[in-house]
Amino acid sequence: MTRHLYVHLPFCAHRCGYCDFVTVVGRTGQHGAYVDALLRELALERDRLAPELETVFLGGGTPTFTEPSALERLLHALPPATEMTVEANPETVTQELARRLRRLGVNRVSLGVQSFRPHLLSVLERVAQPDTVRGAFYHLRDAGFDNISFDLIYGIPGQSPSDLEADLGDALELGPEHLSCYELEAKPGTRFTHAHGEELARQADAMESYFEIVVDRLMSAGYRWYETANFCRTPDRANGRDLRAGHNLAYWLGRDYLGLGIGAVSTIEGCRWRNTPRLLAYVSPLVAGRRPERELEPLPLDVRQRERVMLGLRLDVPLVVDGLGEVLDGRALDRLQRLGLVDRNGRTLALTPRGRMLGGGVTADLLA
Amino acid sequence: MSQDRIRNFSIIAHIDHGKSTLADRILELTHAVSSRDMREQVLDSMELERERGITIKAQAVRVEWKGHQLNLIDTPGHVDFTYEVSRSLQACEGALLVVDAAQGTQAQTLANAYLAIENDLEIVPVVNKIDLPQADPDAAAVEIADLIGDSPEHVLRISAKTGQGVEDVLDAIVERVPSPAGDPEAPARALIFDSSYDQYRGVVAFVRVVDGSFSTREPLRAMALGTRFEAEELGFFSPTRRPSRTLEAGEVGYVITGLKDVSRLRVGDTLTSESRPAAEPLPGYKDVKPMVFAGLFPTDSDDYPELRDALEKLKLNDAALFYEPETSQALGFGFRCGFLGLLHMEIVRERLEREFDLDLLVTAPNVAYRVKPPHGEWVEVHTPADMPNELEEVEEPYIKASIIVPKEFVGTVMELNNDRRGRFDHLEYLSEERVHLTYELPLSEIVLDYYDQLKSRTRGYASFDYDVIGFRPGKLVRVDVLVGGEPVDALSLIVHRDSAYDRGRALVERLQKEIPRQQFDVAIQAAIGARVIARETVKARRKDVLAKCYGGDITRKRKLLEQQKAGKKRMKQVGMVEVPQEAFLAVLNLDGERK
Repeated sequence: MTRHLYVHLPFCAHRCGYCDFVTVVGRTGQHGAYVDALLRELALERDRLAPELETVFLGGGTPTFTEPSALERLLHALPPATEMTVEANPETVTQELARRLRRLGVNRVSLGVQSFRPHLLSVLERVAQPDTVRGAFYHLRDAGFDNISFDLIYGIPGQSPSDLEADLGDALELGPEHLSCYELEAKPGTRFTHAHGEELARQADAMESYFEIVVDRLMSAGYRWYETANFCRTPDRANGRDLRAGHNLAYWLGRDYLGLGIGAVSTIEGCRWRNTPRLLAYVSPLVAGRRPERELEPLPLDVRQRERVMLGLRLDVPLVVDGLGEVLDGRALDRLQRLGLVDRNGRTLALTPRGRMLGGGVTADLLA
Repeated sequence: MSQDRIRNFSIIAHIDHGKSTLADRILELTHAVSSRDMREQVLDSMELERERGITIKAQAVRVEWKGHQLNLIDTPGHVDFTYEVSRSLQACEGALLVVDAAQGTQAQTLANAYLAIENDLEIVPVVNKIDLPQADPDAAAVEIADLIGDSPEHVLRISAKTGQGVEDVLDAIVERVPSPAGDPEAPARALIFDSSYDQYRGVVAFVRVVDGSFSTREPLRAMALGTRFEAEELGFFSPTRRPSRTLEAGEVGYVITGLKDVSRLRVGDTLTSESRPAAEPLPGYKDVKPMVFAGLFPTDSDDYPELRDALEKLKLNDAALFYEPETSQALGFGFRCGFLGLLHMEIVRERLEREFDLDLLVTAPNVAYRVKPPHGEWVEVHTPADMPNELEEVEEPYIKASIIVPKEFVGTVMELNNDRRGRFDHLEYLSEERVHLTYELPLSEIVLDYYDQLKSRTRGYASFDYDVIGFRPGKLVRVDVLVGGEPVDALSLIVHRDSAYDRGRALVERLQKEIPRQQFDVAIQAAIGARVIARETVKARRKDVLAKCYGGDITRKRKLLEQQKAGKKRMKQVGMVEVPQEAFLAVLNLDGERK
């Protein structure tokens, strides 16, 4: 039985230039119909889910931009879960929203901060200002949230090393339980790349050290670098709680998950599927009680094993390689060990700190 | 036909001076080709020749003119093909020397005219393109007459394009070119001056019968190699293949040998009859030695057998082409090929790619070296990697370069030649405006970009030709390149001692740019023996991560990693360092960018 549920709420007030998620701008009038469709899809898939879930994650888009009564209906209808996360943009987090989320059973909020520098926020086309971010954080704390995560972006066009240091400092001052730090990806074909691609290419060398800055700064502040791009307070600074993102951990550990909504991906029992990313194509069949159009991807054993390696090596806990031997390149492993990038210890494999910095290439090397 | 009614001739002309157009007009006038069927430039049958405007292969066409049999033996027009020209000339008694009325004599015209004079050919001078507005037929006629020691009035003035004066050319051939003088009664001898390969009928030899006669079905022998075969078919081209029962003394034609092994019949050999063999072969051609060498590697290593077969086939058509297997750390299995010059190399490459559909990597060319290790024997080395580390003596090929330029460029050309270790030999005024310069230069200094430099520094006015004059001692050293401490054979260079440092420096800097950053620092060094003369470092990557990876991203990220892995598999491994093939090539072509 699947114990992890993802629900996609695609609506946003504005589409940021760098974003390549499945999003839908505005359309407040359709939020209700979309939530209806989500609930129908949930009903159709309900028997795949365990009665009590470990994690539910509402991602977007901007889930907190969803029209309040529709959002409320959704949260009411979702099955109970130990960890219930909602993504939020700071400008949407009012005192009232924070309280309502809390009341509806949400116990973790992932806040799209991205930066505390006004000039960088404007490059990213974010609506929030630094004080909006701080306000949102305090509203959440006041409403009783004791598990808040920040998303930060580094490698923004025009971002100096001291800008990055300052962003990390501002984030640490608020002291969230969890931080996700991503390098800005300028995807080909996005508006952002069109506007800033050349500048990014020019800065690429200068920004090479930014990942190291992020890791060093957060680790020295007492955060655990538990996944390539994710950090959480260590248990000794969190009353013994494990503050890793439970839902995402399920992905990295290769667990099954069900995804609802447009563009959402599910992986259950060796099969992966992705719902249509088009709003109407998703909603219409569900209105008629049918499943939406899906793109199916069977996952043969060797592909699942590759993914175990790829995902497992992102974590700071060693990967148990029993049964994964066939997808590993033994000669590459020897070489990477000699280079001090991989630690092999009996049945387990882990990347060294420098190996984690080079995790993409190292993993590509390791896969046979 | 009796020999006194036969005339065998070639056309000598600088590229673009109108040789092929003149040949076409001759075919038209003699009704060998009707104007309706006339494709322009019938003689240049290979697609490549048509595009480049260069005739690569000699071919012979028979036409009738006023009761005479004229055999036009086509010759290649470029500096690299002196040898092929000489073979063709040896099959003739006369040559049309064609000069563009606007451009005048060019260095290649000189070279080929001298070659014709050496072969005792009767030269019929022709000034072509007199219809052009910028033509100066009188000046061109004076130049050409001076060159061959004739009077300007004797020079024909024509326009091959409009046909004006072409009949006079045919008449002059009949009047001035001597008829063949072989012995029709002697044992048969024919010179193989060219050949081609027909996939159904085997090797086709192009021959000039000197003595006696040959008949269809007659058992024949190639005298130098001893190859025996039966003449399956004899005939001539007019301009298409026309079978004939016999080929008589003085005639030019083809012999279909049925031989399937292309190595068994060599251009330059003499054919004779098995039943009544000649005692002596005809004076042989000199065995041309390729002086420029380059590695040819299939882009896809699976194509190696195809490349081998293709080279074997080309070799039949191209006596000057040399090849031997070569294995390179960097580029895998291929062939080290020897060429007469750069154009020859370029044409071989293009023919391999077009006619045999191969994808090739060609390394930067180098010349042949003669080396003598301590206490050892002299050996010839075709690739820098084979150059022994310890050398007592090294010799490199030298050329005599012949350059014709307008006088205002003399200084520029001298400067270029001095930069290239040239030794001034001779300067002469061809006319008030034009100067003929000769220099002795190491061949290695011209194989790369000399011609381009010469052209660009003289705004295209210079013309250039050269002859190899032999090996001379040189102060040469081998510069090795080490990547991550490992020597890379394909990147070794042989250079003059004085430029070793600069070249090593440039090579290392270029490699540093071409080799992608790795998971560790990579030292790139240039060394002479154990002495490092230049060093750069490719700094290790500090970050190489897929930023985020959640439920919806997994498939895409997995595919990204698989692509990355596939990309790495295409790289060449030098020790622990992964080097993309393109990096080798960029570096191997470094010299092309030398200033």
